[in-house]
Amino acid sequence: MHSYKQQRRLSLTFRYALLIILAIVWIFPIVWIIMTSFSVNLSGFVSSFVPKQWTFSNYAKIFNSKLYPFGSWVLNTFVIAVICAVVNTFTTTVMSYCLSRLRFKLRKPFLQFALILGMFPGFMSMIALYYMLKAIGMTNLAGLTLVYIGGAGLGFYVMKGFLDTVPRSLDEAAELEGATKWQIFIHIILPLDRPMIIYTSLTAFMAPWTDFIFPSIILSTDSPKNKTVAYGLFNMMSNTKGLSSQYFTAFVAGCVIIAVPITILFIILQRYYVSGITAGADKG
Amino acid sequence: MFKKKANTAPEATFKETWQKGDWATKLSFIIMGISQLKNKQWLKGLIFLLSEVTFLVWFFYSGISAISLLSSLGKVKKLTRVFDKSQGIWVTKQPDSSMVILLFGIVSIILIILLLVLYYVSLKSTRHLYALNRDGKHIPTTKEDLASLLDTRLHQLLMFFPLAGIFAFTVTPTIYMITMAFTNFNQYHPIGFSWTGLQAFGQILTGDMAGTFFPVLGWTLIWAVAATATTFLFGVLLGLLIESKGIKFRGFFRTLFVIVFAVPQFVSLLMMSMFWDNAGPVNSWLQRMNWISQPIRFLQDPTLAKITVIVTNMWIGIPVTMLIATAIIQNLPQDQIEAAKMDGASALEVFRHITFPQILFVMGPSLIQQFIGNINNFNVIFLLTGGGPLNSKFYQAGSTDLLVTWLYKLTMQSVPDYNIAAALGIIIFVISAVFSLLAYRRTNAFKEG
Repeated sequence: MHSYKQQRRLSLTFRYALLIILAIVWIFPIVWIIMTSFSVNLSGFVSSFVPKQWTFSNYAKIFNSKLYPFGSWVLNTFVIAVICAVVNTFTTTVMSYCLSRLRFKLRKPFLQFALILGMFPGFMSMIALYYMLKAIGMTNLAGLTLVYIGGAGLGFYVMKGFLDTVPRSLDEAAELEGATKWQIFIHIILPLDRPMIIYTSLTAFMAPWTDFIFPSIILSTDSPKNKTVAYGLFNMMSNTKGLSSQYFTAFVAGCVIIAVPITILFIILQRYYVSGITAGADKG
Repeated sequence: MFKKKANTAPEATFKETWQKGDWATKLSFIIMGISQLKNKQWLKGLIFLLSEVTFLVWFFYSGISAISLLSSLGKVKKLTRVFDKSQGIWVTKQPDSSMVILLFGIVSIILIILLLVLYYVSLKSTRHLYALNRDGKHIPTTKEDLASLLDTRLHQLLMFFPLAGIFAFTVTPTIYMITMAFTNFNQYHPIGFSWTGLQAFGQILTGDMAGTFFPVLGWTLIWAVAATATTFLFGVLLGLLIESKGIKFRGFFRTLFVIVFAVPQFVSLLMMSMFWDNAGPVNSWLQRMNWISQPIRFLQDPTLAKITVIVTNMWIGIPVTMLIATAIIQNLPQDQIEAAKMDGASALEVFRHITFPQILFVMGPSLIQQFIGNINNFNVIFLLTGGGPLNSKFYQAGSTDLLVTWLYKLTMQSVPDYNIAAALGIIIFVISAVFSLLAYRRTNAFKEG
């Protein structure tokens, strides 16, 4: 018979072992991706876990390739990401403020309308959007930016859920002292809303770095230089997959360069992410 | 508590305004903005007047023709050879581009609706001015009007541009695509197409597409249930494991798992498709260990590919549920659990009867959202298998294709069938709507906040 203490120790050891095994399983493919980016590989295919030879040349290659102008992709994406972060944060903030705090006749119909609109699969409008942009000759980076900005008005759910939890008595007190709605928005809501504003601007900033579908529809006919990072890399991969290509490891290196800052950003942001998801639920 | 204008009867009826109003008021029923200008609301009046003038000019120059073409979507449907008299030769004439006609027609209709709304707004403003004049009340000046935009009508100011964006980039394309479902815009009619009613839906539900649609729909639902259930159950278990008594470095362990989710999906999933490949690291390692002689066809065998997709999705999805579950577990009331333990409940019993139901209760709504998200989970399928392996019984779809990836293939491949794709989109909408109704009836984000 085990004593109670022994039993506890056994249970703890078992749980630690399970947790460590799971952690290794989870992190293993990521480590493999990073190691691949440092490996010398001419076959275009990765069949081993640990590289036989280590090198930094893949990283040099991805920045110097003429065929795949990684540098301009990064620059394009950065410009788009900054514009999106600024405009989309503004849009999301004013929309959530209006829908959460102001009361006007079309508020409820609009919420229901937005809800219904959101249920149509995004792909449907994508193809139509492509033809619309083509009709006005904007199947380029500017058109892509417009698309990213144009849809932002519907992304208010997380922030609205947050603002709904801020007590309305604050607004009413200010109103009694003669503040206009605009003053309430600027001086009361915005400071309180800061964590959500940070979250929104960072997610808006991150989105263009990871989206490859919209660019692949809108930018497909543009020159190789005018691409975003995700689409450029995706394109590179679909061209090299399965074939013996000298670019495969360079592709992985490019992916790592993009993935590292985004991963770090996300890990910093994870608590906002959680509060965003549970915002609508925690009162239920 | 504060002055409320809603639900009070209008101060004057339109009929009264028309009968008793002065010439400017009467004229305003035809020419928008006149009564506003007469009452020195210069800005408002000019906006009304200019919108009407611009609209009429546009309407007579191109609006009428755009709308009249809408019913036929262009007369010339096929390539035709016509005799060109000025050059004296036969030339090939392209069919009318129905795509463009349809787009302009829809934009025209939306513009007309917008003008009608504006007309109604101007009428209401005229009626309001009439009532103010009749009662001898103060008429707001342009300056006062602008000031009210920052206060009582702040929503109009703030929401104008976002709404314009939504109309241009979400509403219009969605309507555009919905209308395509009722045409024969497919590979046989790539340029000139016509209205065909519900034919595309018939094709999907009972016609030649049914043999692909129902298996794909079945797999989509199986996938959505399996993906949601596995990530939820194991995510909660993982969260409990990390939060269980005695475990140290919890933040570190959580971060390790979250890294997987944080890596952009086009990187992690594309690499995973390499990982599982016939000549990828998993297979070559198993072969080197002499455990298998032939590579396991993780992504090539139809059944195995489905399992691989679900397993890989667990790898991506469990960390998210873990994160959310952790937040809930940390806030669970401990006294109930302590009491149950005192009464001799085992860990399993505590989990089954106390912890799990409570987590399920909090996560219920987001679970249904996840389910809908999985029905539309494009990334995992597209990046991992590309819908493959190919299935010869299916029309342009593979064994792991979901409805959305099939929709994508129907539009992006060399022989596009836009009408089928659009009809599929509507069907996906109906499916999502049914489940969303369940979800949103339970969330507060849409209730009065």
